[in-house]
Amino acid sequence: MSKFIMPNLQRDKIEAYLAEGKRFDGRKAEDYREIIVEDGVSPSAASAIRVKVGKTEVLVGVHLGVTTPYPDSPDAGTFMTSAELHPMASQQFDIGRPGITAIELARVIDRGIRESGFIDFEKLCIEKGEKVWQVFVDIVAINDDGNLLDVAGLAALIALGRAKMPVYNAEEGKVEHDFSDEGIPLSKEAMSFNMTFHKVGETIVADVSKEEEAISKLRLSIAVGDNGGEPRITAMQKGKPGAINSKDMETILNLVESKWKEMFPKVKELVWGK
Amino acid sequence: MYLPRKAKNKMAVEGLYKKRIDGRKFDEVRPMIAKVGVVPSADGSASFETGGTKAMAVVRGPRTLHPQHMQNAQKGVLRVSYGMMPFSVWDRIRPGPSRRSEEISKVCEWALSSVVDLSGFPNTVVDVFIQVPKADAGTRVAGLNAAAMALAHAGIPMKEMLTAIAVGKADKTLLVDVDKAEEDFHDGEGATDIPLAVTSRGKEVALLQLDGKISPSELKEAIEMGKKACDDILKVQMEALKNLNGGEDNE
Repeated sequence: MSKFIMPNLQRDKIEAYLAEGKRFDGRKAEDYREIIVEDGVSPSAASAIRVKVGKTEVLVGVHLGVTTPYPDSPDAGTFMTSAELHPMASQQFDIGRPGITAIELARVIDRGIRESGFIDFEKLCIEKGEKVWQVFVDIVAINDDGNLLDVAGLAALIALGRAKMPVYNAEEGKVEHDFSDEGIPLSKEAMSFNMTFHKVGETIVADVSKEEEAISKLRLSIAVGDNGGEPRITAMQKGKPGAINSKDMETILNLVESKWKEMFPKVKELVWGK
Repeated sequence: MYLPRKAKNKMAVEGLYKKRIDGRKFDEVRPMIAKVGVVPSADGSASFETGGTKAMAVVRGPRTLHPQHMQNAQKGVLRVSYGMMPFSVWDRIRPGPSRRSEEISKVCEWALSSVVDLSGFPNTVVDVFIQVPKADAGTRVAGLNAAAMALAHAGIPMKEMLTAIAVGKADKTLLVDVDKAEEDFHDGEGATDIPLAVTSRGKEVALLQLDGKISPSELKEAIEMGKKACDDILKVQMEALKNLNGGEDNE
């Protein structure tokens, strides 16, 4: 994978701006860009949506199939998240097998959803030990303008929330090319969403642009859910070689609290409607 | 040889496929939407939609080609990659390249190579990425329509435009812009699928594939039908390029 080359002059300028609490696009360090969601990308998917945050854009589709369960959980449905960081989205992405960026992104999102208990896997059992639903979330990057991880993670939640179960023909044991009115069994209370913070210069920044991401020293992704009106962390991942000092850790955890209170109602509305 | 309309209608009446499922005329293309500039980080980009089929194309380059032994010191290299998104059809498609996608990438590369002129860019590569978010047959031709627009949008020198269409035959009836239900027509002589791409000025055939059963005289007529449909599609492509109408991303 070729590296995104950032001129030193631009690096210095971005860091100097941030030190004054400013960003190139006029946002404050902790601000997210505007979120736009569009339905109906593909009529043959349980749901397929387009999510744009600033100029970062992903398409996410949910597909349901029927499979045999794993021997250690014979009455639970299965779940898989895949991500294609296709070279159409960025000149840094290569063609062929998914690289480490795509693998890490898919795994962090998969973990955030799976471990939060958002999907009720036992309700996805059709016949114990024989047949269960398998849920696929497929992420395709269309344009990378920074923070693909949060954008793709948010899109995955919305796509799951809006998906319809296909009709299952029990007699013939096959999935019909038709959808019911029922959604996927989800636990509303368990939903958590991912926020990624970067250290750019000496500043902790939310929802990084591509340029900020390229010069960031470290990133910390935190999935946060709802515990009776208070934030509860359900998954984390530290990325990039930099280490976090205790001052930055405190800044980030304080930001998590305030950003969660601001963003969680917005995310809920996008997933479930008003 | 172009058969008069009367003869064509006769053929349709004699066959088993007398009326198109969606009510279109036999020589009618599904409603088209063409956009330019759909991916802001690209050098050129476009999308092309007919009915339930949509393709996006992104152009990156010319840029230095690595590894070096793949470079051509005389001219730039065109490289095309086609793929369907996992959620584009009823049965999920596994992400990543497949035998099918590799072959389609290659025939699309050959088709586009006949219209682009990379003699001014030795040792470079121009990459064309075609992706299909939703599919109701004819994805490679929709992909080519989008790719030709994206190349023009990127300012890559082109000798001509390229326009593509899938002509088909259901039993004895010739059709343009075949959809999935028509592609799966089983009665009588069954279905024949003929994706073809036509250059805008020379009206030469730059992509041609066929599977099914058809007589040489029917094929001649099918190709003429395809060329005629391509004239309509070309207008939609040129209109989108002139107005740069991708909308939101063209600031």
